[in-house]
Amino acid sequence: MKGLKKKIDQIKPKFEKGGKFEKLHSVFDGFYTFLFTPNETSRSGVHIHDSNDSKRTMIIVVLALLPCCLFGMWNVGYQHFLATGETGKNFLELFFYGFFAVLPQILTAYIVGLGIEFVVAQMRGHEIQEGFLVSGILIPMICPVDTPCWMLAVAVAFAVIFAKEVFGGTGYNFLNVALVTRAFLFFSYPSKMSGDGVFVSLGNQPAVDGFSGATPLGELASMAPGDQMTNVLGDPLSFTDIFFGLYPGSWGETSTFCILIGALILLFTGMANWRIMLSGIVGAFLMALVANNWMSDLYPATALDPLTQLCLGGFMFAIVFMATDPVTACRTTAGKYIYGFLIGVVTMIIRCYNAGYPEGAMLAVLLLNCFAPLIDHCVVSLNIRKRMKRAEIPNS
Amino acid sequence: MSLKKTLLPLVNPLSKDNPVIVQVLGICSALAVTAKMEPAIVMTISVTAVLAFANVIISLLRNTIPNSIRIIVQLVVVAALVVIVDQVLKAYNYEVSKALSVFIGLIITNCILMGRLEAFALNNRPWPSFLDGIGNGLGYGIILIIVSFFRELFGSGTLFGCQVFPQWWYDAGYMNNGMMILPPMALIVVACIIWVHRIKNKDLQE
Repeated sequence: MKGLKKKIDQIKPKFEKGGKFEKLHSVFDGFYTFLFTPNETSRSGVHIHDSNDSKRTMIIVVLALLPCCLFGMWNVGYQHFLATGETGKNFLELFFYGFFAVLPQILTAYIVGLGIEFVVAQMRGHEIQEGFLVSGILIPMICPVDTPCWMLAVAVAFAVIFAKEVFGGTGYNFLNVALVTRAFLFFSYPSKMSGDGVFVSLGNQPAVDGFSGATPLGELASMAPGDQMTNVLGDPLSFTDIFFGLYPGSWGETSTFCILIGALILLFTGMANWRIMLSGIVGAFLMALVANNWMSDLYPATALDPLTQLCLGGFMFAIVFMATDPVTACRTTAGKYIYGFLIGVVTMIIRCYNAGYPEGAMLAVLLLNCFAPLIDHCVVSLNIRKRMKRAEIPNS
Repeated sequence: MSLKKTLLPLVNPLSKDNPVIVQVLGICSALAVTAKMEPAIVMTISVTAVLAFANVIISLLRNTIPNSIRIIVQLVVVAALVVIVDQVLKAYNYEVSKALSVFIGLIITNCILMGRLEAFALNNRPWPSFLDGIGNGLGYGIILIIVSFFRELFGSGTLFGCQVFPQWWYDAGYMNNGMMILPPMALIVVACIIWVHRIKNKDLQE
């Protein structure tokens, strides 16, 4: 490590002003601070720096995502061998099948996204921001395992340019970049993003008889009353299966158990806001309860009990990792409660009452991202009015 | 010099004073009719014709229109012209007329028309007004055609209904972008045109 540092310090002057590679300063700086903590200190006034800069924040979020990520890889393999009817595979075989199935997507997302960030930072003469570290792993996790890489590349380029860079880069985006990517894919290539052919990676092998690759929520939309949700072979799914995520879906988001581990890491390190998570889960639970209470055969998704509703699909993942994104969420405390609560409610409304969208978490978070500044504005104005009233002297 | 000055109303709206990307007028129809190139071109011709003739008629009447009812007079003139265009389209190009549906009728409410009548035709002679109408119609049309070019190419893989992307692309896994067909993408394409235009014309940057 010391040798590396010495080497880097040696070539550092070349990248500074007047040096040979002056133009590549931001690229150099990006790698330099990625490897070593910068030892720059303030030169005037009294400042306290937290060692927790945005690089470290992002890394902790990536760490929190790891359980979901690893489980997702294993689950891809599990679903694959279940669907093709090959039994007797051991844990590692399952895991590595999934690992190699999703690796190209992860690489595509990182290369395209970081590439654009590097180019833009160079053009503007900014430092390279590390916002994409998290988005890059989130994006493949919320897409079906069979998403072609070129589609992912187009969508990532679109999202990074139009949802982030045009507004000023990391920290200025008002929409969650990962969800914009998914929304772009969803509306551009609907046949690759929903339905029953994309969530299980078959890899050119024939599926067994009775195979159905639909996600439980997708299945639900076409279910007769009284039917049970089934796994890919048509066997009924138990609540434990649902909680641990043994069903097909976008590969990172199926396991509520792993998401909860990630949530604990985020809460324990203080990276995410518990208010948004709590109010979101409460909102979704209440709305699911209401829908379940007045359930109707017209809307099959209302037949699910609230707890299963919470554990299925991408809602938990969205509320833990997407809704808590500090850039796009509300800033005020009261606003955070409203924001989270509405995400939960809107997700369940879309899920239950709109047959066109089996899962509503993506649209709900994006919608509330748009409303977050308005909610903040209302909270702040109300507070100002309340305080003004207190300042007025009555009957004077 | 004088020729250049006479042609100014014709040339200016094409880029420097474009009704869509500089004045941001007529966005609604620019989003609605640009999914395919053929309707976009027919729309361009229709708007240009209506705008040019409405400008001339209002310009001829400009000294006799009482100020208090000028909007109504303008509307009557535009509506009459739009009905004529609509009937001609129905008679000679029924398919496109069906594709454009209400948007031909909605030319009446297009902001570009009222804007040009109010801002130009009411204060100018018929000949410059005619040129202004043609210029603004074409300025609107250029944007429509650029937007529809990208939307049809990437949304349907065709241009004027003819296949552009070869079949083996589709066999290799290429897919048409469904979002290009939806209006939101038109908004983003218009935004990109504005972006490029502003880079070229630094004086328009805010």
